[in-house]
Amino acid sequence: MLAHLPILQVVVPLMAAPLCWFLNRSKLVWIFALLVCAATCTNSTLLLIEVMKSGTITYELGGWEAPWGIELRIDKLNAFLLLIISTIATVVMFAANTSIQKELSEDRHTLFYSLYLLSLTGMYGIVATGDAFNVFVFLEISSLSAYALIALGNDRRALWAAFQYLIMGTIGATFILIGIGMLYQMTGTLNMSDLAIRLVDVGHTRTVFVAFAFLIVGLCLKLALFPLHLWLPNAYAYAPSIVTAFLAATSTKVAVYLLIRFTFTVFGISFSFTTLPLQSILMVLGLVGVFVASVTAIYQQNVKHILAYSSIAQVGYMIIGYSINTSTGVMATLLHLFNHALMKSALFLALGAIMYRIGSVQLSQFQGLGRQMPLTMSAIVIGGLSLIGVPLSVGFISKWYLLIASVEAGMWSVAVLILLGSLLAIVYIWRIVEMAYFKPPLPGRETVKEAPWTFLAPIWALVIANIYFGIDTRLSVQVAQAASQSLFGINP
Amino acid sequence: MVIAIAIVRTRNLLAVVMLSGIYGLLSACFFVVVDAVDVAFTEASVGAGISGLLMLAAITITGRKEAPKRHKPFLALFVVLVTGGMLIYGTMDMPYFGAADAPVHQHVAPRYINESMQEVGVPNIVTAVLGSYRAFDTLGEVAVIFTAGIGVLSLLTLPRRRKKTSSDEATEEQMHERHMVVRIVSKALIPFILLFALYVQFHGDFGPGGGFQAGVIFAAGIILYTMLFGLDTAQKVFNPSIIQLLAAVGLLLYASVGVVSMINGANFLDYNVLADDPIDGQHIGILIIELGVGITVASVMLSIFFNFDARRQAIQNSNKQKGEQDVSRTL
Repeated sequence: MLAHLPILQVVVPLMAAPLCWFLNRSKLVWIFALLVCAATCTNSTLLLIEVMKSGTITYELGGWEAPWGIELRIDKLNAFLLLIISTIATVVMFAANTSIQKELSEDRHTLFYSLYLLSLTGMYGIVATGDAFNVFVFLEISSLSAYALIALGNDRRALWAAFQYLIMGTIGATFILIGIGMLYQMTGTLNMSDLAIRLVDVGHTRTVFVAFAFLIVGLCLKLALFPLHLWLPNAYAYAPSIVTAFLAATSTKVAVYLLIRFTFTVFGISFSFTTLPLQSILMVLGLVGVFVASVTAIYQQNVKHILAYSSIAQVGYMIIGYSINTSTGVMATLLHLFNHALMKSALFLALGAIMYRIGSVQLSQFQGLGRQMPLTMSAIVIGGLSLIGVPLSVGFISKWYLLIASVEAGMWSVAVLILLGSLLAIVYIWRIVEMAYFKPPLPGRETVKEAPWTFLAPIWALVIANIYFGIDTRLSVQVAQAASQSLFGINP
Repeated sequence: MVIAIAIVRTRNLLAVVMLSGIYGLLSACFFVVVDAVDVAFTEASVGAGISGLLMLAAITITGRKEAPKRHKPFLALFVVLVTGGMLIYGTMDMPYFGAADAPVHQHVAPRYINESMQEVGVPNIVTAVLGSYRAFDTLGEVAVIFTAGIGVLSLLTLPRRRKKTSSDEATEEQMHERHMVVRIVSKALIPFILLFALYVQFHGDFGPGGGFQAGVIFAAGIILYTMLFGLDTAQKVFNPSIIQLLAAVGLLLYASVGVVSMINGANFLDYNVLADDPIDGQHIGILIIELGVGITVASVMLSIFFNFDARRQAIQNSNKQKGEQDVSRTL
């Protein structure tokens, strides 16, 4: 059984998604989907333990060995990613039943759950596989289901947002496919580790160079790096709250993972960072992204928009860490992946709770909520502090390692800019706090109650995780360090 | 190429649909030229057939003309030019078309060509690669189609069935009488289309074909029937909710083959353990997964079409009712 862990991670949600159709009772499907998420979460925990103990696990599908068949390849990096995704998916799923009761009509509940599970399958597949084309197939699953999930939103603008995302996402996926196709043409293989070996010989050709460029652009579209982020804010803002919490915490992370995987494992560090001025381009885009997105966030009226722009800024931080191109830099990126998933899922879930109670997430509607929904609002405050990077929160840990990495690499200006970017976060978080705590409740809103416990439990679990991993960093830092060191070929 | 430009330039959406049908057919021919008969099959039936139909259905909902646009998309043009330039730049170092020493033919392909007969026992190499060597990709693709299906379902939820009024029946009769020739000809054709689909399905091991193609052809046959005889008649035979379940069944069937091989102690989707003789096992495995593919593809296509059509009828009816109300008000 232990040997089958990698495939179970992908196949369990894949088979569960069509099974949802046969249950067809909202509550029943929810319990079923929750169990499936929890099962994959346990599975990924076991995988991580196994990988940390005995190194990389490979799994040959259909019994065909690697370059001929498809293999799943779990190393420290993707075991870590799998754990992040599965944990968030499980926790968010816990609140799903309550939330979609208000936001979706009854006949769409089954659709919602099976799309959710398919999206999850897609992400697991992308992360677990060791085959470049397989990545594309699962990328399609996760993106198609994400488009549909966003389009489920009640707001009519959700349709338009999903359509925008569909167009941008498809362009991104096509670029990735073109890149993979060219790589196949030059090497005759699709397996990642095999590609890495065979690319050395043809690394100087223009075709490989173009393939690399297409892959990077396609991935940057998917991970919403400035200036390719335009699809993200509306997609997050008009999707159902649960979908936002789930996607915000996971989908861009998967794209960041792919970027790391392709540049480090497939193309190799020397190729990735010498052929193109990739390092400086991404560094600049990351920094500009942090500032533009943070400033835009300050001027938003919809709280979901504020947090969506903040997500773009956080992606900027991840890209900065990545483009420093040191072991510490990548480690900071991985840490920020983990930490940002914790913060954003907590924040968006809390917004879901507010949506559940007052039916809106406009900033102006937040008046007086601090006293009416004390637990939800304090969760938002703690999540916000973490987003800013206040000590004792996870946000501080990743910013701290990011600063160390940039100082180590002698990039003082980058370090200063990172700190300035964090100051901007204070402004947009403060706007929410001010509205919620220092204004009286709106007339007619005096009776708003605290969110139900099905919301509060997952929100506070995430908030406590935010603080816990801010103090006890052993798990996250250790794993991130091991993963990034293995990418750079350093043996601890 | 000429047609692609024509598609972009034309404002009449009906013409655009026709042109894209031609485009699909031409690219199918192109695929035949590069010896990808299986892809050509799919492209001919999807690109030239079903997607055109779906677009037609969409047009009847929205309208025929594209709204004229005024802004000039220079930025987009720039991006497209850069991308195109990059693509051409990239082809400069590519191996020549059909060159025997190209890496594609040197690395993994020889084993597929030389040994698939002994290892998988299927004469059609494409089926061997898709169904066995890279079966997990194919499973993923079926999941993609399934996802697309429920994606569309979640956007167009079926409106409630309404009772037929006598005037509806009258118009339907009228329409059907008008298309008498088409009806009779296609009535004769449809059984053959369905039979051909089954042939493609089960002959995929030997000739070009397989579940994807068969599913699409099967769906096309039924869609033809639906278009000529009305949605209600077709849905008497093919209950939409059962079709939706069938889409799930197909995917499950495929995945459960993998589970069975896992229970038998091998890796996921390893067909060798399905029977005593590995080759027999491969045959059984490929047969079942192709069946799963066919079921899912056909039922997803059908349920997408049914939904579109039901939506179209609902909108037409509401328009008609609105019109009647207006008339009665003016009276």
